[in-house]
Amino acid sequence: MTLQQISSTRRAFLAGSGLIIGLALAPRLSAFAAPKGVQAGGEDALTALNAFVKIGTDDTVTVLSKHIEFGQGPFTGLATLVAEELDADWSQMRAVHSPADDKIYANLAFGLQGTGGSTSIGNSYEQLRKAGATARAMLVAAAAEEWGVPAGEITVEKGRIKHTASGKESGFGALTVKAATQTPPENPKLKDPSQFVLIGQELPKLDTVGKTNGTAIFTLDIATDDMLIAVVAHPDHFGASLKSFDDSDARKVKGVIDVKQVPQGIAVYADNTYSALKGRDSLKIEWDLSKAETRSSKELEADYAKKFAEMGLKATNNGDVETAFGKEGVQTIEAELVFPFLAHAPMEPLDAVFMKAADGSLDVYTGAQFPGMDLMTAAKIVGLDPSKVRVNTQLTGGSFGRKAQFGSPYMQEAASVYAATDGTRPVKHMWTREDDIRGGFYRPMYAHKMRGAIDAEGRIVAWDQVIVGQSIMGKADLDETSVEGASNLPYVIPNLRVTSHNVALVVPPLWWRSVGHTHTGFAVETFVDELLQKVGKDPVEGRLALLTNEPRHMGTLKKVAEMADWGSTVPDGRSRGVAVVKSFGTYVAQIVEISTGDDGAPRVHKVWCAVDCGVAINPNVIKAQMEGGIGYGLGAVLFDAVTLGDGGKIMQSNFHDYRSLRINEMPAVDVAVIASTEKPTGVGEPGVPPIGPAVANAWRRLTGSPVRRLPIVNIVTS
Amino acid sequence: MVTFTLNGQERTFDGDPDTPLLWVIRDFEKLTGTKYGCGVAQCGACTVHLDGMTRRSCITPISTVDGSEVITIEGIEGPEAKAVQAAWVAIDVPQCGYCQSGQIMSAVALLQVTPKPSDADIDGAMAGNLCRCATYHRIRQAIHNAADAMEG
Amino acid sequence: MKKFAIASGVAAIGVAASLLAATFSLAQDNPAEQSAPLKPAAEFQSITDAKQRSWALFEEAGKVIQHPRCVNCHPATERPLQTMAMHPHQPPVVRGEGGMGMPGMTCNTCHGAANVDVVGQAETLKSIPGNAAWHLAPIEMAWQGKTLGEICRQIKDPERNGGKTLAEITEHMAHDSLVGWGWQPGAGREPVPGSQAVFGELIAAWVESGAACQ
Repeated sequence: MTLQQISSTRRAFLAGSGLIIGLALAPRLSAFAAPKGVQAGGEDALTALNAFVKIGTDDTVTVLSKHIEFGQGPFTGLATLVAEELDADWSQMRAVHSPADDKIYANLAFGLQGTGGSTSIGNSYEQLRKAGATARAMLVAAAAEEWGVPAGEITVEKGRIKHTASGKESGFGALTVKAATQTPPENPKLKDPSQFVLIGQELPKLDTVGKTNGTAIFTLDIATDDMLIAVVAHPDHFGASLKSFDDSDARKVKGVIDVKQVPQGIAVYADNTYSALKGRDSLKIEWDLSKAETRSSKELEADYAKKFAEMGLKATNNGDVETAFGKEGVQTIEAELVFPFLAHAPMEPLDAVFMKAADGSLDVYTGAQFPGMDLMTAAKIVGLDPSKVRVNTQLTGGSFGRKAQFGSPYMQEAASVYAATDGTRPVKHMWTREDDIRGGFYRPMYAHKMRGAIDAEGRIVAWDQVIVGQSIMGKADLDETSVEGASNLPYVIPNLRVTSHNVALVVPPLWWRSVGHTHTGFAVETFVDELLQKVGKDPVEGRLALLTNEPRHMGTLKKVAEMADWGSTVPDGRSRGVAVVKSFGTYVAQIVEISTGDDGAPRVHKVWCAVDCGVAINPNVIKAQMEGGIGYGLGAVLFDAVTLGDGGKIMQSNFHDYRSLRINEMPAVDVAVIASTEKPTGVGEPGVPPIGPAVANAWRRLTGSPVRRLPIVNIVTS
Repeated sequence: MVTFTLNGQERTFDGDPDTPLLWVIRDFEKLTGTKYGCGVAQCGACTVHLDGMTRRSCITPISTVDGSEVITIEGIEGPEAKAVQAAWVAIDVPQCGYCQSGQIMSAVALLQVTPKPSDADIDGAMAGNLCRCATYHRIRQAIHNAADAMEG
Repeated sequence: MKKFAIASGVAAIGVAASLLAATFSLAQDNPAEQSAPLKPAAEFQSITDAKQRSWALFEEAGKVIQHPRCVNCHPATERPLQTMAMHPHQPPVVRGEGGMGMPGMTCNTCHGAANVDVVGQAETLKSIPGNAAWHLAPIEMAWQGKTLGEICRQIKDPERNGGKTLAEITEHMAHDSLVGWGWQPGAGREPVPGSQAVFGELIAAWVESGAACQ
């Protein structure tokens, strides 16, 4: 295409697309209405039948989601649970975020409101069905009263309430106000799974349409004409503090309204985002690095490796590992693995909007993963009684763990930025991508030392694993999240020891989609594969022989082997690898087929995935989470690391040096959801852990080189 | 003073001429379907159509838009747009949804020039649009489906 | 508009560049924003042997031709390159028709008629390069991975130089605006050596002295 052709393409497009290039005299102000934040709990006109179900006179049923919708599907999943027991029609279902309330909307697995650990469906399974059944009973009671017929003769199906004998029939909307006055039953009878009509169906997601036409509102989209946009200049070393700053140039930038020091850095307030960014760019700041982390990632790695020689905190100690390694004829295999810091890098950087109401109360709009904690934090910093603060959770552009933080450190910054103003103008605080990549709260760095013993008969008789890294939970003693997936090794190995060392750093740690399994899954599944190869066993058969106590591991592994026709001939230049990981109660097995890409790194062509998550509420959402987990995990193991350079400076800052998987790197994915009557478990995270080791196993079998250090791309470039 | 059309309406802007089109669209015009994701043309969340072709609005100074026609997700029309949006809905492509406006703008631009794209054509058009939820598998499928639907 | 880097970034950028290279980074160059010197054609007058002088002139011009700033858009594959380390371009754009990218992601999706400063974002990505004619050189004009002698013969070969005469080559090197971008590559990018005028004179002198190739 020449430039001229491109120009003519433009013209052709404009001519052919039927666009009416409006020549209407546009008003000076924007022709478009400012998008408002979505009120938690839904519109006031809806009638609440209980804390989770509101029904409008227009027959719509709005489910209040106590879990944040950031793509993993709780709006759809929780609405399905309600609709099932309510006998609603799917077309009448809606979902909004619930208000923040650590009691009413507690995650029953946590004891406070929060989304994480892939628990949304599991902890809500009975609670939301009960909410649906309660609402149904109240509607039926209202109908019985209205029609003067026995409640027992009333049926509900697809959103229609009927009394066959009298021919009476109604939708939900006409009865909702009366229903709200009925006494809710204590223990409504729930359906037997065999009676499910909606659960198990691939119902369309409730939030899809708004996400394809630009109307879905995220926190960053909330706007008012008088809103201040605020960005904060942060240091590029962890643990650095402010020494001095000069804001004279920043204040000269057109649109900059104010500059304030906040505990997290220097906040620049402007009338629009560009002015805020330009203002921040014009600050001159000196940071005090005296208490900063000044070691590089390389130095940290060396310090971590020193810990291998010391005895750590015992997570598991079965049999007698030392004796087993000492036995005559035993062959010892060793491996040391290094995992880098990982940023979550959700597409929507962290952000929050603060708006004071006429009565002095405060609305906060944000992607709240722990809404109650965010509320208490905002209230404390702004100096309001918590009853005067409302947290309105918004649709959120991803999280992967990033927005769930104990003590709400992000909200501390955002609220401090608002609190530093006189509070009269709404404030939108936003992070740029650089703030996000350099913002810490990473998946911590870890180092693993693995030792395996193989006896003369080729049996794996001992496994000794040492894990060094930060405690995500900030513990001095054993942190389960450091060892999960290793300490409960599913493979039957008579002598098993797993120990860990907690390392203290000023780099703040956090859970990252699948938490400890991000590294333990990789270490366990690559090492067991190596041991099996050493003794000449097939990766699938060899695993199955060691999983005799784990029928659900075996089930997913057998299923995925069948899907991939494991054992069939693989095309020249390609290789396959397998991994199976249980995380958050869900079992996932994956087989990958790879070759060497043009850049010398693994090219993943195809992934087969079998998942057992108990009762499948919506198989389509489950498949989507597996596909997404595979892509998210693959990008990280192939490309990603946040590294500290000499002197501790954070080296990466945006997607140009913190790479994300792109569509040309995404494999074809085939997912099977295993039929089950077990209680449902989560799917947001469990798709992630197997992909890395499956790729590394295929790579080792293709090239002979084990992957000891992530990301894999370092193999190619170093 | 910069004059341009936005989704068919004539608009003017008399602020800092270096202001990226992205922030003019979002902050001044209050059209927020076009997203900020990186600010450096690496993620594609800010993709709009500028004179009929995809453009990363985050690195497009408004001064360069004078006399041009800008279409955002809110204003996209035509058979390709309809087919793409319908295909997106039919197989529930979005997860968090934040990147999807940009994905759709790129997909529509692709189909306007290449009505029956191969997988390589899809990579060529879409590799500049990041999706951290990794909905790529479905994006690819939806584009093929949209092409099939348009063929009838 | 001169930006002031947040914190102690400036001092650490040298370190950054070396470390980032090891992690397959696509960050910009160590911003040595000054051109390296380029000897003017006159300095080669002392070489009496015309062929030797001619090749010496081309060798000097080769400092420009083989500079990553130029080779990055004369790739030997379907992907342009980026940075002084010559990484494959990210996002992964491909050549497409006329070297303008593929429908849906043409060069002008990101590259405008002029360089654009990026404000308030990554300190390692200070600008997006641009030129009205931004596109890749055709594959037959690929320079990536070739010796200067090979490039020299290629430049003279009408089959592989777009059917240009040597006079047209001289004109192109001396005055083409996209070639000239190499000396004005935008903030954060090291320009090619010398100036386009000196470069143009070197090419002209090379042609005049017989356009010798090694």
